Order: sequence, then C-alpha cells, then structure tokens
Amino acid sequence: MGKEETQFDKTKPSVNSNGYRVVGTRPIRPDGIEKVTGRANFGADCNLPGMLTGCIVRSPHAHAKILSIDTSKAMKLAGVKAVVTAADFPELSPKHRGAGESPVSFRDMSRNIMARDKALYDGHAVAAVAATTPAIAQAAAALIEVKYKVLPHVLDAREAMKPKAPVLHDDIFTKGVDPKPSKASNVAQRYEFSLGDIDAGFASADVTVEHDFTSQCVHQGYIEPHACVASTTEDGMATVWASSQGQFMVRNYCATVCGMDISKIRVLPAEIGGGFGGKTVVYLEPIAILLSKKSGKPIKIVMNREDVFRATGPTSGGHAWVRIGAKKDGTMVAGELVMEYEAGAFPGSPVHLGCMTGFAPYTIANSKSVGFDVVVNRPKAAAYRAPGAPIAAFAVESAIDILAKKLEMDPIALREKNAAREGTQAAYGPKFQKIGFIETLEAAKNHPHYSIPLGPNQGRGVASGFWFNIGGESSAAVHVNEDGTVDVVTANPDIGGSRASMGIMAAEVLGIDVSRVKPIVADTASSAYSMLTGGSRVTFAVGQAVCLACDQVVAQLCERAAKIWDIEVSDVEWLAGSAVNRKSGKAGSLSLAEIANVAGKTGGPISGQSSSDVQGAGPGFGTHICDVEVDPETGRTTVIRYTAIQDVGTAIHPSYVEGQLQGGAAQGVGWALNEEYIYDDLGRLQNGGFLDYRVPVASDLPMIDTVLVEVPNPNHRFGVRGVGEVPIVPPLAAVANAVSAAAGTRMADLPISPPKLLAAMDAK
Amino acid sequence: MAKVVLQADVARDFAGGQTEHEILADNIRQVIKQLEVAFPGIAQRLSERTAVAVDGEIFQDPFLQSVQPHSEVYFLPMIDGG
Amino acid sequence: MAKHHVNTTINGDPVEFLCDTEQTLLDCLRDELGLTGSKEGCSSGDCGACSVTVDGRLVCSCLVLGIEADGCEIGTIEGVANGDELHPLQKHFLKEAALQCGICTPGFIVAAKSMLALNPDPSESEMRYWLAGNLCRCTGYDKIIKAVTNAAAEMRGE
Repeated sequence: MGKEETQFDKTKPSVNSNGYRVVGTRPIRPDGIEKVTGRANFGADCNLPGMLTGCIVRSPHAHAKILSIDTSKAMKLAGVKAVVTAADFPELSPKHRGAGESPVSFRDMSRNIMARDKALYDGHAVAAVAATTPAIAQAAAALIEVKYKVLPHVLDAREAMKPKAPVLHDDIFTKGVDPKPSKASNVAQRYEFSLGDIDAGFASADVTVEHDFTSQCVHQGYIEPHACVASTTEDGMATVWASSQGQFMVRNYCATVCGMDISKIRVLPAEIGGGFGGKTVVYLEPIAILLSKKSGKPIKIVMNREDVFRATGPTSGGHAWVRIGAKKDGTMVAGELVMEYEAGAFPGSPVHLGCMTGFAPYTIANSKSVGFDVVVNRPKAAAYRAPGAPIAAFAVESAIDILAKKLEMDPIALREKNAAREGTQAAYGPKFQKIGFIETLEAAKNHPHYSIPLGPNQGRGVASGFWFNIGGESSAAVHVNEDGTVDVVTANPDIGGSRASMGIMAAEVLGIDVSRVKPIVADTASSAYSMLTGGSRVTFAVGQAVCLACDQVVAQLCERAAKIWDIEVSDVEWLAGSAVNRKSGKAGSLSLAEIANVAGKTGGPISGQSSSDVQGAGPGFGTHICDVEVDPETGRTTVIRYTAIQDVGTAIHPSYVEGQLQGGAAQGVGWALNEEYIYDDLGRLQNGGFLDYRVPVASDLPMIDTVLVEVPNPNHRFGVRGVGEVPIVPPLAAVANAVSAAAGTRMADLPISPPKLLAAMDAK
Repeated sequence: MAKVVLQADVARDFAGGQTEHEILADNIRQVIKQLEVAFPGIAQRLSERTAVAVDGEIFQDPFLQSVQPHSEVYFLPMIDGG
Repeated sequence: MAKHHVNTTINGDPVEFLCDTEQTLLDCLRDELGLTGSKEGCSSGDCGACSVTVDGRLVCSCLVLGIEADGCEIGTIEGVANGDELHPLQKHFLKEAALQCGICTPGFIVAAKSMLALNPDPSESEMRYWLAGNLCRCTGYDKIIKAVTNAAAEMRGE
C-alpha cells in the first residue's frame, strides 16, 4: 500500500449531496496507521532513562480514620527512593474553582488523590512509593504500615440519607433546603427544577402512572488503565506524559494540587485508550510529580485494572421515582421526578443533570424534578457520557412505556405527540432553539426494524434521550508549509477520530484535498489553552476554532495573491483552494501551494490562530429501538436487533459519528443488562476485574444499525452538534422496555441480570 | 425588563424561595450585580457552578453576555459531559 | 535472583532477552524489548489487548511467563504488516473506521488474523465468539465485524 493511498481514500465526488466537498466524506483517519500497527504511544508506552516505578497503597476499608502511617520499613528496602502521603500535599481551601468543564473543589480533589485523615472508600489511596523496579515498589508498598480505626460505612443513596446513617464529612450541610440545616449529613445538595403547577397538572390528568426505579453504579470501562510519567528537575520544573482527556486539565489540576506555578508544568498528551468522561480528572499525575521531586528521578505509575475499578470513575447509581399524568389522547400534562444519586466519597454526582434532562425531550406544561446529591463510601463519581442523564431517562422513558401500554398507544406515537420542538420550554427552563427530536421519532417509526415481526419470548423497546452538548474555550493554529501542505494544530486528545474531523473541516474551508492537511495534537507548551476533550465538544468547538484559524489563513492567502498580481485584495476571491483574480475577468488563479511557495517574498510565513470561548452548542436528541429475546429457563437476555437514531447536526466524518452511536448503545446495553459494582458486607469491591464486571463482548451484541438525522446546528459553520453523549441516554430504557415486553413483567431494577429476570418471571 | 429565573435551590438559599425576578440590565454581569444588591451573597454562589441560558442559548461562563429588554434568562447548573 | 536467559523468535527474527521469573511475556515484550504494540488492559486475560501468538496459537501474553517463550515463535502486532505493506485486516480496520481510541486494535488484529488462519470464511457468529476475548469499549464491535468480514473476503481473493 503506497503512502498516498494509506493516508487518505481518494475516491470521492467533487461535491457531495450535502453541498460540501470534504465534509461528510469518510477519509482514513490521519493517526490510523500508527494505531493499527502498534506504533501509537499510549499512556503506559512512555519510558525514560533512569525511570522509577511508583506504586500506590490503597485503603482496604470502606470508611476508616487513618491513625498513623509508618513508612520507615519501606524506606529501608533496597531500591526504594521516595514515599509520599497526604502530608506531602498542600492543604487546599474548600472553595470551588473554575477549571476543566465544571468548577471543582480542589480540596476534595486533593483528598481523593491522597486520603487525608480518613479513607472514604475501598481503594482510596493513602500512600505511594517509588522504587527501581515494579517488584521492589510493590514489596515496599506492602511494608507501609497504616493504622486505621474502621468506621461504619454506607453504600446506598437512600440508606445514606437516613438520620442514623454514618456521616462521611462533618462539614457537609445540605444546600438548597429551608431551613438551613444545623447538622452535617450525607446530602450535599437538593436540586429542584419546576415548571407550571404539578398539582393542577396531575388533577387534570385522565391517566397517571408512577413507578420507582433503581440502577447501580457502573464504570466507564475504558480499556486503557490510567498511566503517566512525571519528570521534575531541581529548578522546580515538571514534565508529565499522561493519557488523559485534556493536557491543559492535567496541567491545571497538577499545579493546584501540588502547589506549583502552571508555567512550571508541561504536559505531553499520550494517545488515550478510551475515557468516556473518566479521564477528565487526575489520580496519578500529582503523586508522580511529588515522587519525582523527592527522588530526583522520572516516575512512571500505571494502574492495574482492579485499581481502575476501585478508585476511578465510576458514574452514580441511584434511585428515581417518577410519575406522569396524561390526557386520554396521550397529551402529557404533568411529570414529577425525584432522584437520589450516589456521588461517591465527595459531593458532585450528576443528579442535577439528571433532573434537567429527564423530561427535556417532552412538552409538559407542569413538571417538577428534584434531585439529591448524596455522598457514600464509594469512589468519587467522575463524568461518564451524558453524566446523570441515562438513569433519569431510564425512569422517565420506562414510565412513558407504561403509559403507552395503559393508553393502548404506540410508544413512538405517544412520544411524537409530546415531543419537544423549536420553541418548547424545556423542563429545566429555557426554550429550545432549532432541534431535531421529532425527526428522530419519524425515522424510528419508518425504519424497517420497527415493523419486523417478533418471535416467542421476544420483545421490542423504544426510548429517547436528550443531551445539551457544550462548547467552551478552544484554540487552534493553522500553519501553511512551504510546499502548500497545511498543519492543523489543536490541543485536544484524539479520543475517537477528532484528528480526522479537524482535517476535514480545515480542508473544506481552505478548499484543498484532505490529504494535504496534517492534524497535530500539541502539548501544553505548543498551543494556546483549550478545554479538555469531553462533553462532545471537540468537533463542535475546537472545529469552530479550526475554521476561524483557516479563515485567517485564507485572508492572508488572498492578500499575498493581491501582492503578486499587484491588485487590491478586494479584487481577490478564494475559490476551491485557489485565489482568483476577480478584476482581470480572466481565468487566472493561484493555488494555495503556489502562494505558499513564494511566501518568503510576499511577507513571510502564512498562519492563523484562533482562541475563543465557543458557545452555541446544539442540543442532541436520539431515539433507539431494541429487540431482545429472553430465555425463560435461565433469565438470560439476548439483544437480537438494535437501531440507534440521532439528530447529529452535520456529520463531518459519518463513520466516526456512527461509531459514537454504536459505542454509546453498547455501553448502555451493558449498563442495562450486566454491569454493576458489587460490594461485600464490609464495603469492599468484589468484582474489580473484567471477568466479573461484565462489559459487553462481541458475542453479546448484534450489528447496531444507525440512522444519522441531520438537522444542522445554526451556530456552527457546518452545522455540527456534539454526538457522543446522547447515544448512552436511551439504551437503558430501550433495553428495559424490550425485556419487560418479552418477559411480561416490568423490569425496574438495573442491571437486568439473569437471576433478577428469572426471579421476576417466576414471580409473575 | 428581562425575566430572570434562579434555580430553586439558589432561590431558597438566598432569595426567600422566589425564583422569578424582573431585572433591567444590558448584560449578565449587571444582572448578577443587581441580584447581589437584593440578595447579598448570591453573586458568589452564581459565580461558582452556574451557567446561564439567554433566550434558549446556554453559556457556560456567564459574564458579559448581552441581555435584551424582553430576554428570558435562566441561571442553571454548569453542564459538563463525558 | 539471577535472571533467565530466553532465546526466542519474534515476528520471524531471533531475539534473546533476560527476564525475572515473575515477568510475563507481555512485560518482557513491552519493558525489555520495547515492543509496546501489545497493550495491558487487565493483566488477567480478560480483555485481549495483549493478544500475541505463541507457536501459532493465540494467547493473552499477560498470562504467559516470559521464560515460557524460550524456544518458541512469537507473533505480535509489530509483525502483522509486511514491510510497508499493511495486512488486509489493518487496511480494512482503517477503511471501516473500526477503531476509535485504538487501544484494543492491536489485540483485535492479532486475534482476527489468528482466526482467519484457522477459518478463512467465518460466519458473523463465529467471528463474534472468536473475538469475544477481546474487549472494545468504543465501537460496539459493529465496524470491527465489518472490517474482519471484508478483510477475510479480500484474503480469500474475493
């Protein structure tokens, strides 16, 4: 395979049906060859000369006071170079500060990275050691003596809210309640979103359904464990190689947690082996920096899979009680949602986002969503694809399924009747601008999947979902090289093909072949600031920055052409990759490469740079159809057919958009059927490995069909909406509705594991 | 006057539970200043973990976004994502 | 403790290395030989990211000791392409966009190559069960199955 061919597929029409030349085509991703040949360097692939291995000591207790930590025996072991505990970290104020996506409490972050005074969950880091080999580091970790006073623990949100529950923090006083509490509790905050008058709404309803739903804490399950290398020098500088969702996020968090100047830390992004939100925070990097400072050597720390499950991620499990009132014709007139989410050891579950998204797809005049953010003795929840939305949608979309059956209505028709559209006031307040929810419902209804006859023990489920999507601070630089090739420099880790999207958008604006564009993911010293890769913001927001930087390049190219032709720049137009002389009326033109060749004569290098806070992310909606077959003998559920439909705005590279839908659906299927954190009576995680924490494997899934509905986002050059969050919102209910139909009994407790389903079918 | 709506929990903690307010302002900074005059302490809370929707468009970093006389302004929790 | 001297063949070339008793073949490939294309996802044989062949048999290299490689022929992702000619599986993974983050990709390609050596024309179900030992969290497997299907067809000369 020659170089030209492997870089990009050249078989494409000059202009596509969407009116674009490159947008909407499927070129081979620029980083593809490195990733199919094993050359790509991920977090654990970085090695430096003289590097030491770091090992973390973790709490075996779910909740315990740390009485003392004796590191003397470990330090005496030959080959051990440094030990750190919380005493080595600066104590930070509890104030929330802006960083990354949402402001965070750095005090909590620091205490999550290294327990101070108390261990709050099984797996909570309490000390770390660095040694010359992994074996010595592990042996040294075992020699660190930590004395604990074990405290009673609590794992479930509703249990943790009870008056006599063990209290994790003595400084949490519930926000958002009246009167202000005088006693510390595990409820960090009560959220409420209301529209209209729900009492009047329910009074006017002909039919009311209500149900209680439970779901378990699940992990993002990225295949690459957290890994980093940190190297510090005597002048207080640090270089960090890390797999994360944002090199600037790592830099900021490390600087704050370690008490360093931001300018003293340089973060080089490794390729990232999956994140799904779970790598929007740091766990190892500050520890590695401190171990490196103490030892004077580079430090590598790589988590094992059990560490990943015990101490990172996951997303909240919780409870959701929902009630919906409707008229006989299906018009929904009132909705109420009350949810308790497990935040893990520190406040900050995504329950508020659950409250905001649950009823968001529907026009309901009267609604109230209440959420409680509850701390429990589990790892601190991290973002996971559309954080908070899936378990709210599980409740609401299941209730709508119950309502459809009660009204004897088709579930898609019921949703269509109530679907939010442009101008609808969302349950969280504001009115929607241009959205494409109805279009997804129409596509679902018309999809052949929806009319395939079902066999015995089979059932079909439908569910929809919503996510806001975000923009945010984004930078891009575009450099024209001497031969007319173009480097596109952004600073967001490529988690699922974003280099390809950046290349396509640049090629479209510049009017050149995508094979002439080289997208580069830069380190923190080589690019202006960009918020992390998350919230499906990169193709939208960083893509917008790329377009703006390309605009500057086009303007410069036109100026240079004007100089070459000795005419006014206003007489030059950029058309299909060339400057065209409008004044001469002749066909004369200069290509980008021709202008680049003589850039030195006409004013020097040609480049553009854009940094801005990109706003105007377009909300996304999806509708999924799932067919299952249940085995009445074993309770096992098999997904036999699955279709994911979504308004994706404009698909820049349709293959990677489809991939987002398919991957999100698969994660949702796992969440619905298999995945859960299982703890023993002492609060110790029992299934911290992929054998017992069952993510879907190839043989668990059918082909996943996708329909890309394209309702362009008016706020983006090419109409991009974020696409990665929405696809995990509908599947929980789509699967549960299908299983409930097949089994003839409502399944409201996830995961719908075989024993649970068997018991429910036997009880019916 | 723009219609300014606070989250229920913020209203409960600072504004006696009243979520809806009529405010004359050109931008979000002025909206927050006026709220602070009426409800001391609220500006700090609104600077912590709050986004704002002005006429349906959500801004994650509320500060200088312009507000029209008949705008609908909703203060919301910040939105993150995976 | 003295290290073991291991004589082996990797991707057709003779290779010698020293290793400790407890080092896995994966540790040896990655840490002693710099062959970091094989990835560590779980170190318990559950994810398949470290898939290699030992004397033609597909194994998780995290479950094989380095010293067990003595006298064996090892095949890794680094040996799948022939010079600058990509293997049909690699080509079709790229064409079908069968990778998102790419961490599982080397393991999938090694495992799929091993399957096609035994069964050049697998059904979808056979593919799914053969590849059930390789976890992918990004793609939902759809495009991986398509890529393997198309590569198999190309390899059969269709």
